[in-house]
Amino acid sequence: MNAEARLMQPYQSGPAPKKANKCLAGSAMGRIAVAEADLPNGKSMTIIVTKGTLDWAYPPFILATTAAAMDVNVTMFFTFYGLGLLKKDLDLTVNPLGNTAMEMPMMGGHMKMPNIVGMLPGMTGLATSMMKDMIKKKGVASIEDLREAAQFSDVRLIACQMTMDLFEYKNEDMLDGVEYAGAATYMENALTSDINLYI
Amino acid sequence: MADETLDAKGLNCPLPILKAKKALSPMENGKTLEILATDPGSVKDFEAFCRTTGNKMVEHDESGGIYRFVIERVA
Repeated sequence: MNAEARLMQPYQSGPAPKKANKCLAGSAMGRIAVAEADLPNGKSMTIIVTKGTLDWAYPPFILATTAAAMDVNVTMFFTFYGLGLLKKDLDLTVNPLGNTAMEMPMMGGHMKMPNIVGMLPGMTGLATSMMKDMIKKKGVASIEDLREAAQFSDVRLIACQMTMDLFEYKNEDMLDGVEYAGAATYMENALTSDINLYI
Repeated sequence: MADETLDAKGLNCPLPILKAKKALSPMENGKTLEILATDPGSVKDFEAFCRTTGNKMVEHDESGGIYRFVIERVA
């Protein structure tokens, strides 16, 4: 057996796909159950999304959409500041304040912003528009696009009900198709999942 | 000659993979998809994509900064 065949083997002749969620009910969940049964490699991943700034929104959505494209069954659980990423209208921002590793390409070099500058009024807007400009120029997907791709590929989006109450978010402000649940729902998924990430 | 072509030039991670998956999904098994990309990371990524999903990389080459992949839909 050559190296390539060995790499393929676990995916082609592994055990039958595990069911990530044993209490599937209702139409939205039924759709997920069907999608899951179709996945050839039967792997699953969960991501806890805790941060909602423009920069931190990327890792969870990139991994979720890519995993789904690789036939992985994905569940994302949005809690605390990550919950804002499920709002219908996104207004994501970034500020280098407190992030001394952040440097922006500028005039052939890189510029770091001292904290004292980052705290000035208007700096969040400036840093955000610089970042969005770079995202566009470099062919990087917008968070809106990645989120749409996640929904399109049946990634399960769960909003933390406790955070909804805590920060007084309304269900009508959130994306259609989002589920509302808590830690036990996450745990049930995580326990049968191959990969569990906290971002 | 591939059955279909996807132009992913100028797109960055993970868009070439996402668009390739979207293009492969409605295709019949045995059909081939040619992908053109400029993202250097897509070389390793398409290999990993094929190993994981079971689709087959039939050809890949690079010329003038454009990476070309031909993937046969298997799964």
